[in-house]
Amino acid sequence: MAIQTPEPTEAFSWEGSVEELKGLVSERAITGETMLLNMGPHHPSTHGVLRLLLELDGEEIVTCLPDVGFLHTGIEKNIEAKNYEKGVTLTDRMDYLAPMSNNAAFCMAVEKLVDLDVPERAQIMRVICLELTRLNSHLVWLGTHAIDLGAMSVFLYCFIQRERVLEMFEIISGQRMMTSFIRPGGLWRDFPDEFYPALDVFLGDFPEKIDEFERLLTHNPLWIDRTQGIGVIEPETAMAWGVSGPSLRGSGVNWDIRKMMPYSGYETYDFNVPVGQHGDVYDRFYCRVLEMRESHKILQQAIKRLPKKGPFRSDNRKFVPPPRSELGQSMEAVIHHFKLWTEGFAAPDAEVYAAIESPRGELGCYLHGTGGNMPRRAHFKTPSFMHIAAMPVMTQGHLIADLVAVIGSVDIVLGDCDR
Amino acid sequence: MSIPPALDPAVAIKGAFADALQDVIEFRGETTLVVAPENIVAVSRYLRDTAGLVYNFLSDISAVDYWEPGGLWQRPGRFGVSYHLLSLLYKRRLRVKVYLQDEEAAVESVINVWPAANWLEREAHDLMGIDFPGNPDLRRLMLPDDWHGHPHRRDYPLGYETVMFSFNVEEIMKHKPKATE
Repeated sequence: MAIQTPEPTEAFSWEGSVEELKGLVSERAITGETMLLNMGPHHPSTHGVLRLLLELDGEEIVTCLPDVGFLHTGIEKNIEAKNYEKGVTLTDRMDYLAPMSNNAAFCMAVEKLVDLDVPERAQIMRVICLELTRLNSHLVWLGTHAIDLGAMSVFLYCFIQRERVLEMFEIISGQRMMTSFIRPGGLWRDFPDEFYPALDVFLGDFPEKIDEFERLLTHNPLWIDRTQGIGVIEPETAMAWGVSGPSLRGSGVNWDIRKMMPYSGYETYDFNVPVGQHGDVYDRFYCRVLEMRESHKILQQAIKRLPKKGPFRSDNRKFVPPPRSELGQSMEAVIHHFKLWTEGFAAPDAEVYAAIESPRGELGCYLHGTGGNMPRRAHFKTPSFMHIAAMPVMTQGHLIADLVAVIGSVDIVLGDCDR
Repeated sequence: MSIPPALDPAVAIKGAFADALQDVIEFRGETTLVVAPENIVAVSRYLRDTAGLVYNFLSDISAVDYWEPGGLWQRPGRFGVSYHLLSLLYKRRLRVKVYLQDEEAAVESVINVWPAANWLEREAHDLMGIDFPGNPDLRRLMLPDDWHGHPHRRDYPLGYETVMFSFNVEEIMKHKPKATE
C-alpha cells in the first residue's frame, strides 16, 4: 500500500450549506435587520482558533454560532495506529495547558481495560503532578481572562508563577509542557532529588501570590462591574448541556469528580470544593481562584506523605518495561523489554470509560481494545467541547465585550475541543 | 425530603423495556445495556426521569467502527454508538449501547432528552458518518464543509506517506507525479 488518499464519494454544493445556515440564524438576519459579524479564528480574545459567527442587533448578541475544527489534528485516529504506551505522547497535545490531565485520563482508561494496578506511592506522585497541572492551567486561565478584560499586570504575575511550575516539570521529566510523564501503571520515572526543595520553595510562598492576584481583582469595582451578572447559566441548564468542572460549580451544583467518584487516592486528602451561587462569570472566576488554594493544600498533604524511595510504576512486567539495570541480570527482563518495546501489550476486545476532573471539567476517555496491541477506538470527551457548545445559551442578549468575559470564564482551550 | 433508593438500571430497564433490551454486560465495574436502536429515545427518557435512576448528565456519545477487512466484524452491526450516562444524584455511571448496520447507520437523536447531545452527535456524524435524525443541526463540525468521507471509519486510510525502502521503491514511484508534468 503506497500513498493513501481517500476517494471522493459525493458531490458538494455551496448552495446547500447556505440554506443550512439560514435555519440557524433568526429571520431578522435574512432581512438584514440584524448584522452577521464573524469573530474569526484569528482573534486575541477567543483563547485559541475559535470562530464565532455572531448575529448582532446593534451591539447586542442575538445568536452566537461557534465554528470549531481549526485545530483538529486527528489525534483520536492516530492513537488507533499506535500501541498503548506510545499513544500517551499524543494525548499531551490535546489540552496543551493541562497536559498531565490528558495523560492521566488515557492511562486510567488503559489501566482499567487491562486491569493494571498502580502502586500507592505512584498514586501520590500522580496527585502531585495533577495538582501542579491544575495550578498551571488556572494560572494561564486567570492571566488570559484578566488581560482580555484589561487587567494587564495580572497576566504577567500569573506567568511568573507558571514559569516556576514549568521549571519543576522540567526537573521531573525533562520537558516543560508535553511531559508524557504519566504512563500506564504509574509514572515514567521517579522524582529526582532536585524536585523536592524546588517544590518546597514554591509551596512556601504560593499563597501570598494568590493573595496578590486577589488584591488586584476580587474586590475591584471594575472587575465586579464587568463580571457580575454576566453569562449566567442556570444549574439545570448547565447539567442538561453537559457543562462540568468549575463552570458547573459556579452555578451552584456541588459536583467534583475528585470528591464524588474519587480516583488515584483523592478520597484520602482533606480539601474543600468551592461552589458558587449565581452562575455568572464572577462566581466561576472565584471558584477557580479558591481551587488554586485547595490545590495548594492538597500538594502540601501529598508531599508530606510521599516516601522518598519506593515504586513509581507497577511491576507487572507484562505491561511495564523493566528498568535497564535488570536487563543485564535477567533473561525474562530482556524478553519482556523486547516484547513491550517492539509490539506492546495487548488489551481485550472490550470498552471502558474513565473520567477525571481536569482543570476545565470532566475529561473522559473512552477506550475500546481489539485484543491486539493497538486500540480500536480512543475517544476523548473534553470539557471545552461541551462548553463551547453551550456558549449560545450563556451569551444571548449580552454585548460583545461580555462575550469576551464569558469565553474567558468557561476556560476553553481549542486543542481540548478539537483534538 | 429524602432521596429515593437507587434502583438497579439493568433490572429496571428489563422490567420496562423487556423486548428492547438485548444484552447486559458487566466489565471492570461498568454496566453496559445494549438496546435496540429504535428504542433509544424512550430508554433515555426513562433513565433520566425515573426516581431511583436519575441519569441526568450525558457524559459522552462515542461511535465505534467494528469494520474488519473482508467485512467480518464480530458484532451484531458495523457501528456501535455508546451513550455514557452519569447520575449526579447517585454518583454512578451507565453505558447504553446500540449497534447500527453498515447500510443505514442511523439512530434517533437524544437531543430532546439531553441538549448536550447536540454537538456530540454532530461530531459522530462528521467523523464516523452516523446519521441522527431529529438533530436540527447536523453540519460538519471538525472538518471543513467540503470534506469527503468520514475519517474515523476503519476503512478510511490514515493518509500517511509510506516509508521508501529498496524493496518497495518501484511500487511507490508508480504513484508519484512524473517529473515532466
